Amino acid sequence: MDQDRRTFLTEAGKFIVLTGAAALAWDHVVAGTPQNAPEYDVHAHWWGMIIDIEKCIGCGNCVRACKAENDVLNEPGCFRTWVERYQVDSADMDHPVVDSPNGAYDGFTEIDKPGDGIKVFFVPKLCNHCAHSPCVQVCPVGATFESPDGVVLVDKSRCLGCRYCVQACPYGCRYIDPRTHTADKCTLCYHRITKGLTTACCEACPTGARQLVDLKNPKDPVHEFIRTHKVHVLKPQLATGAKAFYNGLDGAVR
Amino acid sequence: MTGRPSQHQHVYRVAGLFAAGFVVFLIVRWALVPADFGVYGFYRGGALADARAIPVKYAGEQACVDCHTSVVDERKGVRHEKLKCESCHGPLAHHARTDENSKPRALNPRLLCLSCHTELKGKPTAVIPQVLAADHGGDGPCTECHKPHRPKIERP
Repeated sequence: MDQDRRTFLTEAGKFIVLTGAAALAWDHVVAGTPQNAPEYDVHAHWWGMIIDIEKCIGCGNCVRACKAENDVLNEPGCFRTWVERYQVDSADMDHPVVDSPNGAYDGFTEIDKPGDGIKVFFVPKLCNHCAHSPCVQVCPVGATFESPDGVVLVDKSRCLGCRYCVQACPYGCRYIDPRTHTADKCTLCYHRITKGLTTACCEACPTGARQLVDLKNPKDPVHEFIRTHKVHVLKPQLATGAKAFYNGLDGAVR
Repeated sequence: MTGRPSQHQHVYRVAGLFAAGFVVFLIVRWALVPADFGVYGFYRGGALADARAIPVKYAGEQACVDCHTSVVDERKGVRHEKLKCESCHGPLAHHARTDENSKPRALNPRLLCLSCHTELKGKPTAVIPQVLAADHGGDGPCTECHKPHRPKIERP
C-alpha cells in the first residue's frame, strides 16, 4: 500500500514536471515570426522625454496637437497629455492650487485674484513610460506592456476594459476610451518615433519645453542636458523607473 | 484478491483523465492565445506593429523645409526661427503627401498669436514676449504690424 502511494506520487510528480516543461516548449512552438519592421531596430532605442518647466508657457499647443495626431476625443477625462497650472503659496507649500481647464486644450485664462506671495508655473503631464510600470503589472490579460524600446503601450485588441491599469497608474495617465471601452494612453507617438519623427507634442511645442529623448543614442543631446541640469522625475519614491525627466520641477508638484 | 489490481486501475484512470484534460488545455490554449504572444514578453508581439500602423498627421519640420525654402530664409535670425512650422500651421501631413490639392487651413492672425503671446501670470517672461491684447495695438489682426515669419518690427 505504502509502495503504491509512493509510486503514484512519483509518477504524478513527474507528470506535473513534464507538464511545465511541455508548456514552456509550447511557448516556443506557437511563437510566430516577430512582426518587426526591418528598418527599425526595437532593441536599439530607449525612449523618454525631457520637460523643461521653465520653458512651458501654458499655451496648450501640445494638448491640441496630441488630440489631433492621435484622434483623442475632446471630452472630459480623455487626455494623453495635459498641462497643469500650479499656484503655490510660499506660506503653505503643501497645498498648491492646481487647475487644468479641459486639460489646457484652450490654454489658461488669467487667475482671478493672483496673490502677492503666490508662485505660478505650468507643468505638462503625460505618461512617464516607466521602466517598471505599475499599470503593466496589474493587467490580467497581457494587453499592456513595456515595449523593448521603453514605451508603455496598450494592445486594444486584447484589452478587456477592466480599468485595473487606470487605477494603478500613480500619475493618472490612463483613461477609458468611450468609443472602444478599452484603456487608452500616451503611446509616445510610437507611430512617429519609429519613423524618425518626433512626437506630435514636441513638434507643436513653440518653446521647446518638451523634447523626445532616446537614452540609448549616445549622440542624443539629452545626455548633455541631464549632465548640465538638475532633472527629476515625478514620484521617485514609487520606484516606477519613470522616464519623463523634469527640469525645474517644484517640490509642490504631485 | 482483486483489491490491488483495482487500485492500480484507479491510478491509471486518474492519469488518463489528467492526460485528456491536458490535451483539452493545449487545444483551448492554441485556440485562444495569439501565435505571436510572448515573442517579446507577456503580450502580443504584433501589438508593436499595430501601434506603428497609425497614419501620421504632423508631417514634421523636415517635410516643410524641403519645399518651403523661402520661408526658411525669411525666418533666419529671428525668434520665430526655431518654431516648428506645424506649431502654428497645424497638422499638414496630408498636404505634404498630396501637393497643391490639399491647402493648409487659413490661420486666425489674432487668436493664434494671442494663444501664446497673451500676458499671463506664471508665463516665463524670458521665454516669450507677452502683451495684454486690450492695451496693445488695437483690435486688428497682429499681422497689420508684425510679419508672422519675421515678427520683430524692423524699421529701415
